[in-house]
Amino acid sequence: MNTLVFTILTLCVLGVVSALVLYWVAQKFKVEEDPRVDDVEKMLPGANCGGCGFAGCRAFASAMVSSDDISDLYCAVGGADCMKRIADYLGKAAPVKEPLVATVRCGGTCEKRPRTNSYVGASSCAVVSSLYVGETGCAYGCLGYGDCVAACAFDAIRINPETGIAEVDADKCTACGACVKACPKGVIELRKKWPKNRAIYVSCVSRDKGPVVMKACKAGCIGCGKCAKVCEFGAITIENNLAYIDPFKCRLCRKCVNECPTGAIKLVGLAPLPKKTAEPAAAAAPKPAAEKPAAPAANKAAVSAEPETAEKK
Amino acid sequence: MMRTFPIGGVHPSDNKKWSSNSAIEQMDLPDVVNVPLSQHIGAPATPKVAKGDKVRVGDLIAEATGFMSANIHAPVSGTVTAVDMQPNGQGLRQMMITIRREGDEWAEGIDRSDTIVENCELTSREIIDRIKAAGIVGMGGATFPTHVKLSIPDGKHAEALIINGVECEPYLTSDYRTMLERGRELIIGTKILMRAVNVGKAYIGVESNKPDAIKHLRSLLDGTEGISVVKLKTKYPQGGEKQLIAAVLGLRVPPPPALPIDVGAVVCNASTAVAVYEAVQKNKPLVERVVTVTGKHMREPKNLLARFGTPVEALVAKCGGLPEGDVRVLNGGPMMGRPLVNLGMPVMKGCSGIVVMSGADALRGRESACIKCAKCVEACPMGLEPYLLSKLSRRKDWESVERGDVVSCIECGSCQYTCPANIPLLDYIRLGKQTVMGIIRTRNAKK
Repeated sequence: MNTLVFTILTLCVLGVVSALVLYWVAQKFKVEEDPRVDDVEKMLPGANCGGCGFAGCRAFASAMVSSDDISDLYCAVGGADCMKRIADYLGKAAPVKEPLVATVRCGGTCEKRPRTNSYVGASSCAVVSSLYVGETGCAYGCLGYGDCVAACAFDAIRINPETGIAEVDADKCTACGACVKACPKGVIELRKKWPKNRAIYVSCVSRDKGPVVMKACKAGCIGCGKCAKVCEFGAITIENNLAYIDPFKCRLCRKCVNECPTGAIKLVGLAPLPKKTAEPAAAAAPKPAAEKPAAPAANKAAVSAEPETAEKK
Repeated sequence: MMRTFPIGGVHPSDNKKWSSNSAIEQMDLPDVVNVPLSQHIGAPATPKVAKGDKVRVGDLIAEATGFMSANIHAPVSGTVTAVDMQPNGQGLRQMMITIRREGDEWAEGIDRSDTIVENCELTSREIIDRIKAAGIVGMGGATFPTHVKLSIPDGKHAEALIINGVECEPYLTSDYRTMLERGRELIIGTKILMRAVNVGKAYIGVESNKPDAIKHLRSLLDGTEGISVVKLKTKYPQGGEKQLIAAVLGLRVPPPPALPIDVGAVVCNASTAVAVYEAVQKNKPLVERVVTVTGKHMREPKNLLARFGTPVEALVAKCGGLPEGDVRVLNGGPMMGRPLVNLGMPVMKGCSGIVVMSGADALRGRESACIKCAKCVEACPMGLEPYLLSKLSRRKDWESVERGDVVSCIECGSCQYTCPANIPLLDYIRLGKQTVMGIIRTRNAKK
C-alpha cells in the first residue's frame, strides 16, 4: 500500500515540477510576434509562389506588418483588391500597381520558323540553351520544352502543340514572374494587363540583323523601325535590331500593327485598323479578303483561350 | 601489368579502324575562311585587321586579350572581307574574321621546308614567348593556352612532363597519325617543352590499342635520356589530364581549383608538341591541324591536314559526303563531341575530329526511370555520383550540386554511356556545372 501512495505522490510532484519548468521556459524564451502577421497571412492567397521576392506568404506578411511604407511590397497574385484589404487592416497606404500579365514574345510557330534539326535529349529549355541554338535557326526565340510550364504554379501557361510555343492564359496568370525567371532565353515579359486581355506587343526578341532573322523565321522583328516612325506616343524604341513597345506608353492605337512588314507586332483582343491601300477603287473589293487572314489570327488567341478555361471550370 | 587510372572508366569500342590506316592528307585550300576569335579557353582575341586588309598566311590577325587568351594568325592569304558575327557549329553567333583567299602566300621568316631542326638552345622564357606568339593552345580539345600552362607560378615547380598520346576518344586518329608520321618532330617538341618547364623527365603516354605508335616512338627514342614511352591499358577517359597523371605518375590531382602543376605535372597533347616544334624551330604559327573525318558509313574516312577556317562541310565532302538517312555530325568524338547543326562551322584549334554517326547510332535511346543500379557511380573516373548530381541539377538545387563537387566533373560522358536507362545524365550535370561555376565566379567577384 505504502509503495502505491509513494509512487503516486512522486509522479504528481514530478508533474508539477515539470509543468513549472515548462512554464518558466515558455515565458523566458517567448518569441514576440505581432498577431497581425497571422491575420495578414490569412488574407494573402497562400500560393507561396515567391513572386513578391520573399520566401513565402508568411515572410511577405511579416514584411507588410513590420515596414511603415509598404508601397514597394506587392502581391501580384492577390492583386489590387487583396492589397487594399490588407492596407486597410494595417492602416497603411495601399500599394498601387498596374495589373500585369506574362507575355510570350515569340511568334516563331512551326510554319513560320522551320525546324533545321531534331533534338533528342533532356527535355528542358535550360539544357537545350546550354547546348546549342535549338531546333530552329533562331538563337533567341521560344524553345518549347516548357521550363515555364513547370515553373507556373497557377496552370496558366502551356506549350501549344500546334505552334510549339508557350502560350499564356491571361485569365489565370497572376504575374508572379516565375516563368520569366525560368525562361533561359528571356522570351517572357510581364506587361501591362489591359481590360479584356487586349494587348499589342512585339512578338520577337531576336537581336540579330534583319537578313539573319528573315532566314531563320518569317515572323521575326527585323528592326526596320517603321513602327517607331508611326507611333505618336513615343512608345516604340529600336535597340539592337529589335523594336520594343513600352507597355505603359502604348495606348493601343494599333497604327504600328499595319506597318510591320513581317507581322511581328501582335494584336490581341482587338480588330486591326483597316489597311490603307494605294488605289481606292480596288480597295473595296480586296479589302475584306485581305483583312480576313489577319482578323481570325488576332481573334484566335482569345478564342482558343476561352474554350480551355470553360473546360477547366 | 600495364598501368591505368585507378577509379571508374568505361570500354567503348574504339572504332579507330575506319581511319587509322589513312595517312595524313593535305586538305584543299578553301576559297573563303571564317576564323573565330575565340578558339581557346579564356578571353576572345582582339582583331588586328579590318575589312579590306590584305593578309598573308601566318600574319597575326587577332591578338591575345589579357593573360588567358591566345593569338590568332591568318590561315590563308587574301583579303579580309568582314569582321562580324557568324554562326558557329552550335548555330550560335560569334565573332569571326572572314578572309577571301587569293593564292597561298606565306609571311616572311616561316620555314616551310621538311628539314628537321634538332637543336634548341633557347631559354625557358624565350621558348614560352615563341609559343605564345604562335598562338598555341592544347590541341586535344580543351584548347587551354599552352603558354599559360608552361608559365609555372612562383612557389611551384614541375617535376615531370607528360605527352598525351592516349587519344582515348573512340573514332579519332589524328594524334595517332601524328605520332606515326611526325614522330621525330614530336620528340624534338617534347625536348623543347622539357626545357621550357625545366624538367629532366618526360613520359609519352600511349594506350595499348596503338602498338604501332608505341613501337615507332620507342625506336625513335632509342637511347634518348629522360624520355620514355609508357604503354597504358586501354580505358576511357585515360586522355583526361587527371586520369593520365594518375595512370603515369600514380598521383592524384586534388579537386579544383588545384591544377596538375600542384602535383608537379605538366601535360601536353601529342599534336601540341608537334605544333610547339614548328613554332620554336621553324617559326611557324598555328594555322592548320590534323582533323580526323570518320564514321562507320563514311565512304572514305581520312585524316586531313586542314587550315583553320575551312568549313566542316568541305572536309565531309572531301571524304565522300554524308551518308543517307539520319545523321549526327559531331565536332569531336562520340563521347565528348558536340553535335553540329551548322556544317559551315570552321575548323578550329581544338577540332580534332569530325565524326559522322549514322543510322541507329545517330539517335539516342529513349529515357526511362533510374533503377539506382549505380553503374554511373562505378564508371565515373572522378568518383562523383552522376545520378545524384543530375537529379539535383534537374531540381535546380544548386547548393547541393555544388556540395556534390560538380566542378570536378570532366564531362567525359562515361556515366551517360553506361546508363542502362538512357538518362541524359551529362546534359544535366553540364547544366549544373555551368550554373555552379557562374555562382562561384560571382561569389569570388564579390569578395
